[in-house]
Order: sequence, then structure tokens, then C-alpha cells
Amino acid sequence: MASIANEEGRRGALPALAWKIVKILASVALTFLGLLLVTFMIGRVVPVDPVLAVVGDRASQSVYNRVFIELGLDKPLYEQFWIYLQKILSGDLGVSFLTKKPIIEDIARVFPATLELATVGILIGTILGIPLGVLAAVRQGRFTDQVVRVVGLIGYSAPIFWLGLLALLVFYARLHWVAGPGRIDISYEYSITSRTGLMLWDAAMQGQWDAFRNAFSHIILPASLLGYYSLAYISRMTRSFMLAELAQEYVITARVKGVAEWRIIWVHALRNAAVPLVTVVALSYAGLLEGSVLTETVFAWPGLGQYLTNSLQNSDMNAVLGGTLVIGAIFVGLNLLSDLLYTLLDPRVRRR
Amino acid sequence: MTLLDVQNLTVTFPSRQGPQQVVRNVSFMLGRERLGIVGESGSGKSQTGRAILGLTPAPGRATADTLAFDGIDLRGASAKQWRALRGARMSMVMQDPKFSLNPVMTIGRQLAEAARRVASSRAEQRERAVAMLEAVQIRDPARVMAAYPHELSGGMGQRAMIAMMLITEPDLLIADEPTSALDVTVQIEVLRILDDLVTTRGMGLIFISHDLRLVSSFCDRVLVMYAGRVVEELRATELQQAQHPYTRGLMGCLPRIDGNTRPLATLQRDEAWAL
Repeated sequence: MASIANEEGRRGALPALAWKIVKILASVALTFLGLLLVTFMIGRVVPVDPVLAVVGDRASQSVYNRVFIELGLDKPLYEQFWIYLQKILSGDLGVSFLTKKPIIEDIARVFPATLELATVGILIGTILGIPLGVLAAVRQGRFTDQVVRVVGLIGYSAPIFWLGLLALLVFYARLHWVAGPGRIDISYEYSITSRTGLMLWDAAMQGQWDAFRNAFSHIILPASLLGYYSLAYISRMTRSFMLAELAQEYVITARVKGVAEWRIIWVHALRNAAVPLVTVVALSYAGLLEGSVLTETVFAWPGLGQYLTNSLQNSDMNAVLGGTLVIGAIFVGLNLLSDLLYTLLDPRVRRR
Repeated sequence: MTLLDVQNLTVTFPSRQGPQQVVRNVSFMLGRERLGIVGESGSGKSQTGRAILGLTPAPGRATADTLAFDGIDLRGASAKQWRALRGARMSMVMQDPKFSLNPVMTIGRQLAEAARRVASSRAEQRERAVAMLEAVQIRDPARVMAAYPHELSGGMGQRAMIAMMLITEPDLLIADEPTSALDVTVQIEVLRILDDLVTTRGMGLIFISHDLRLVSSFCDRVLVMYAGRVVEELRATELQQAQHPYTRGLMGCLPRIDGNTRPLATLQRDEAWAL
């Protein structure tokens, strides 16, 4: 009896998994197509003349007309979209008018800086935010809860550029605890070969520990700020998820069993709250990866946020659209990742 | 021998209209016997059970003149004392396994966690869990051990729950509507298992239910609760001689297989009973 059921289960499981992957890929492709449509439309709607961006203000009408046709702007919109699609899929995001380099190269240069900053930031935010939220839930309505709430509220509402300037003033200018703006001191700039573009990673891999320390002392302040910002959100969500879980019947069961209180909180309840928390952390991370324009500006961090702001201010539409596409792809990717983690964390989702 | 002595147990919850007493001056003694508590929803029967285990949910408060388990005064017991008693010497089977089992933990892990009180090594905990699952007549314990709660039927889940609560062989078991969430056919099976284990292991049982007939056939004594008070205490065999109008009313509402019950009796309530 049991073996038959098992075999059937196994036979049924493989196509189910394959089907699931197909479904996920299809939904990703569809989302991506929608994203491309949006960026394409933005490119046509904004009042920036792509021809002028190429030929400059003083070109003659005949030169203007020639470039107009070269860019394919005389073709119908659907045809233009088709050409756009083909270009994007072959990895061609166009050339930046500002840097005169392919956008894809520009992004490959600036994105690692943002990735590094956002990753350190979200690590700080998660590692501190979840325990704080749990603590606030356990001590609901008491002093600790109020403190966590106020700390979160400040993180949420204080302008990050102001906090950044203040932090620079105190920890860099006055106390000399950390290094100032930028990713690394110039004296270390060439001691590491850039492989991944992630300075901490590259330095550690090449055993350049002095450079690592220097880069770390540069990143810790802006990353802490971003971490604080995401901590505010993560701790609040953790608190409310934990309150919901601690009111569940299985918590009473655990108490009846005589399970220690810390185990009820950190093993039973948090393990259940972790399921929706995955989405919260993933979306916070995506938010940081977009490139936090203000933080990157205050800390002279050569990341995606700064690149996009520069491009926008100079009407470099190719660069802006390329960056938008990258950000969109990050969102799609992180959503996918959190879906997969869901399946991993919640046995009830697995069988669907 | 008295296992549990409860005198004037009162459970109070604050509310906008001032403190509300949901359990009022409930007193009873329990030996190694089966005591039923019946009453309608909100009569305080579940809160009585929870107060005995020290699990009155905040911001409620339970007070009593005497609340003693096997000579141990439970009033003002420390968190540590409670933990030593709960699970090991007193435990509770809850109503619906859909909610009372942790959805992201396998049954095996949840059982092993309960078995930690009596077995130190993991292998021994597992062994006990398997043996206990067999005792509640689960035929393929290995599969059930690896299963998550949502993969089991209600009856299976409740049997796993009973196994979990009896794994330490407690002296006192409170069963809070253990069969209300189950199908009628499964109910009898689960009750029979519960009855068997309680009888053979000589435990004291408090069986909380709204089902008067079930309680009277299953228990030795019955407490009838109304609006937080015990309105009548009876031997189960003497249910027909019940004096209190509320108990008589409850019995009048029971459907009969023979004879005409139309029009159905309406349960009469009297403000005075609650005073």
C-alpha cells in the first residue's frame, strides 16, 4: 500500500516541479516584457529629443533629418519597440551621451559599489532589526517596546541626508572613528585589482588586509545609515508578525509542554514569522539596491544612484532607461528569490 | 487521594465596563478520576482549565483561595516552577489540531520536544515518540513523524496531539473539547484512545465539553457551569436527578431518537443563576 503511494508521489513530483519552474520562468519573462514596454514608453514620452542629444544644438536640419532616420524614429512605434527588444536581449543598452561608453559597461562599473553598500546595509538592518522587533513584541506596551518604537520612528522619518551629514560630522570630522566620503583612500586605490568590483570582497580575496580595513572604515558609516533606515521598517514588521504568532494556539501548546519561554519565542514563533519576513527583507534590500541617491551623494559613493542622478540631470535618456531596467530586473529577481525562500520555509506552500 | 484542590477560583479580565469575572468562585476536588465540566460557550469552562495550568492569557488574572496540585501551591508559582510542572506532570489536549500544532515543525520534532522532559538523548526521545504514536493507534508512526501538521487529517492530528501530551505520563490531563473539531466517527475513536490511556495510567482527567451526553457517558462526575459559576455538581450516573433548572433545561434540549421532540425545547435562562 504505502510503496504504491510513494511511487505515485515520486512520479507525480517531477513533472510538478518542472511545471513549477516553467510557470516561474514564464511569469518572469512576462514581467520583464512589461518592464521593457514601460521603459520604452518612457523613452518616447519624455520631452527629451534623442536626436538633439546626438547631434547637438547647432546641427543643420539635413544632419538632424539623417540622424532621425538612423535612429529609426520614422518607423511605427511597434517596429521601434521590436528593434529595442532585440537590442536589449543582445545586451546592448545603447551608448551614454555623457560618458561616451556603452551603458552596460557603465552599469557594470557603478553597480558593484551600490551592491556592496546595500548588502552591508541590509545585513546590519536585518541582524539588528529582527531581534529588536522580537524584543518589542515580547515586551509589548512596556518600556523596551516604546524605545524600539521611537528608534524606529526616527530612522523612518529623519531625512537620511541630514543624518548622513550629522554622522560624518560626529564620527569622521570630530571623533575620527571612521574614514570619510568615498569608497577607499587614494593611497590604497591601486593596491587591489578589481575583479568583482566589490572592494571588501576583492581585498579579502587578495589578502590585502590594510586595504580591507580602509575600505571597511569607509563603508561602515553609509551602510549603517542605510541599515538604520531598513531596521526601522524591519523591526516594525517583525514586531507585528511576532505579535500575531504569539497569539496562536500552538504557542499555548508549547507552554503546556513546558517549553522554555526563549525557545517558544525564538524557535516556535519566530520560525513562523520568518515566512512573511522574507518578503519584507527582500523588498528592503531591493529598495537599497536601487541606489540610495541621497546617501550616495552625501558620501560621494560612486554607485548606481549617483550615476542615475547625473544622467537624469544631463538628459542622458539611454543611461536612465538602462539603469531603470537594471533596477526592475533586481526587483523581479529578488521577488523570485523570496518566493523560493517561502517554499523553503513554509511546508504548506511546498505542495501547491 | 486528592490530586487537585481548587477553592474559589476566580478569573478576571479588565474591560471597558470594569473588571469582568469570567470564572467565579469555582471550587472542586479531583482525585485520579474523570471529571467533566460542561456548559455553553462563554460559561468559563475553558478559562477554568487554563487557569489551573497557569495559562490565563494577559491581561486576565486568576485568583483562588486554594489552588494546589498534589500538595504544591500553584498560586504565585514562579515561571520555573510552572515549567517544571507543565508537560511533565500536568498537560492539556486542545481543541483543534489545525491550530494547536506548530505548522512549520514536523510532528516528530514536536513530539521529541515534549519528550525532552523524560529522555535526554535524541535517539531516546525519538523512540518514545514512536512508541507513543503507536499507543494512540497510528499505524505508520515513521511517516507521521516526518509529516507536517497540514499533511495529517483532523483525527490523526488530534491523536498526535494526545500522544504529545501523554508522552511524559502526566498525573493530570485537561482535555479542552478534544473532539469538537473532529468528525463524529473519529470522535468515538479518539475518545476511546483517551479513555484507555487515562484509565491504564491512572491519571486524573478534566474533560471540558459542551456535550452533556458525551460527558455523562465518559466521566465519573460532572460540573455544570453557567456564567462563570458552577451551578450543579453531579455523579454522572445521577444526571437524571439533576436539580438545577439550567441542567434540566440542557437535558431537555437533547434530541431523542424515539418520540416526538417538536416543538424543540428552548433553553431558559435566569438572571438569578448568575448571581
